[in-house]
Amino acid sequence: MDPLSTLWETFFDWDAMREALPEMLTVGLPNTLILAVSAALLGSVLGLLLAVAGISRSRWLRWPARVYTDVFRGLPAAATILLIGVGLAPLGMQVWGPDPYPLGILALSLIAAAYIGEIFRSGIQSVEAAQLEGARALGFSWADAMRLVIIPQGIRRVLPAWVNQLIALIKDSSLVYFLGLVASQRELFRIGQDYAATTGNESALLLAGLCYLALTVPLTHVVNWIDRRLRNGRPATASTEEDDDDTASYAATEGDRR
Amino acid sequence: MTSATTTSVSLDVRDVHLAFGPNRVLRGVDLSVPRGATACVIGPSGSGKSTLLRTINRLIEPDRGDVLLDGRSVLGDDPDALRQRVGMVFQQFNLFPHMSVLRNVTLALRRLRKLDADEAETVARAQLELVGLAGKANSRPAQLSGGQQQRVAIARALALRPEVMLFDEATSALDPELVKGVLGVMADLSAAGMTMVVVTHEMGFARQVADTVAFMDRGVVLEAGPPEAIFERAEHPRLRRFLDQVL
Repeated sequence: MDPLSTLWETFFDWDAMREALPEMLTVGLPNTLILAVSAALLGSVLGLLLAVAGISRSRWLRWPARVYTDVFRGLPAAATILLIGVGLAPLGMQVWGPDPYPLGILALSLIAAAYIGEIFRSGIQSVEAAQLEGARALGFSWADAMRLVIIPQGIRRVLPAWVNQLIALIKDSSLVYFLGLVASQRELFRIGQDYAATTGNESALLLAGLCYLALTVPLTHVVNWIDRRLRNGRPATASTEEDDDDTASYAATEGDRR
Repeated sequence: MTSATTTSVSLDVRDVHLAFGPNRVLRGVDLSVPRGATACVIGPSGSGKSTLLRTINRLIEPDRGDVLLDGRSVLGDDPDALRQRVGMVFQQFNLFPHMSVLRNVTLALRRLRKLDADEAETVARAQLELVGLAGKANSRPAQLSGGQQQRVAIARALALRPEVMLFDEATSALDPELVKGVLGVMADLSAAGMTMVVVTHEMGFARQVADTVAFMDRGVVLEAGPPEAIFERAEHPRLRRFLDQVL
């Protein structure tokens, strides 16, 4: 066989892919989604708390948020997952038994929170001071003004960066295999790797890669669509549809107007 | 124009001082606005006009002096409660861009006045009708012209039935052809008996609508009086120089 067809066989062995596909879809995909979606939710909630603590006037909130962010952003994801997954395992054993999933999700969430916190904070801080003044002048407390007016705007401004982080999270979810998963807990990457290891052919791993792309690429587009929708409001009439591009660029430059 | 007028009260600013570090922005400002009257505050930029407005609703706390509504000091009140009594309109509108026009107006009605959704919407739509924007309820602020946005901001403030209204250069950010509509709404409100303090560069408005015109310079009110006195018989040389430049 010439080198080129060897290469082709290594990556595009359809039979190897067909063999791996059922397990990939029934075991790998659900597990990856469970890990990524739970960690995305928990990480975003924690990230929002970190962001608000990070802009707080109290140094007792600001400093812990700062240190947390530096630590969890600075460590390699694999190290954090091992440290938490293995280090807290005895504790986890007592609470929910030998299942490594909860600790895996916790570790992924803590890592994601550090990045998402910074993303949210930059968004919140980009909202003009005039917005806070406008809300306070109506009689809203600082907390209500933040909750109703500032934070929603800030987060909308950084949706694309937030999605970047969710994509990183989907990919990092593959690292929980360090914690030793039983067959039914394996996520996409681990299943691909197992097939590749037993057959010596990389096609199953490539298939796992395609599954990741099938998650990450549409996610970007869905959020971009949501982003546009939030900027312009619901398309009410045909005429606002036509104006879409104008209003979008207007909204995008709005921050510069002042 | 609105039933808010029946609840308007007098406003007195007494010897208000404020410094930002070494920068003494307000150096003893006095201003008296009887119930239902309109005071226009004019003066060069940096004279402390906008800061004065912000000490009235305590967006900025004065260092010294007093602010009275209906003869009673408000400096000991809960600032959030005070701000529900004092409406404010800003140069840059400060509408919430992520909400529809209607929601901009209903937000405070629902969250602060605790009206239910239907009541809030009824009040908001009526208020938008009064500023001529009933048809724009479902638009986003960015889809409106500057003049329309400012009229929404006025409706948003009036929906809370304020007892005093503050206008901070409400038309300065508008294209010239849009100024008239906003000034018209303000003049109607003044005529309807709202107590108003209007910081403005629109001398025509001050002359026609104001009961009192106060000229501020370097943190104090140098001269105050009825518009005829200020515009025709200005005494202070700095006021005369200012009027020469703007008229």
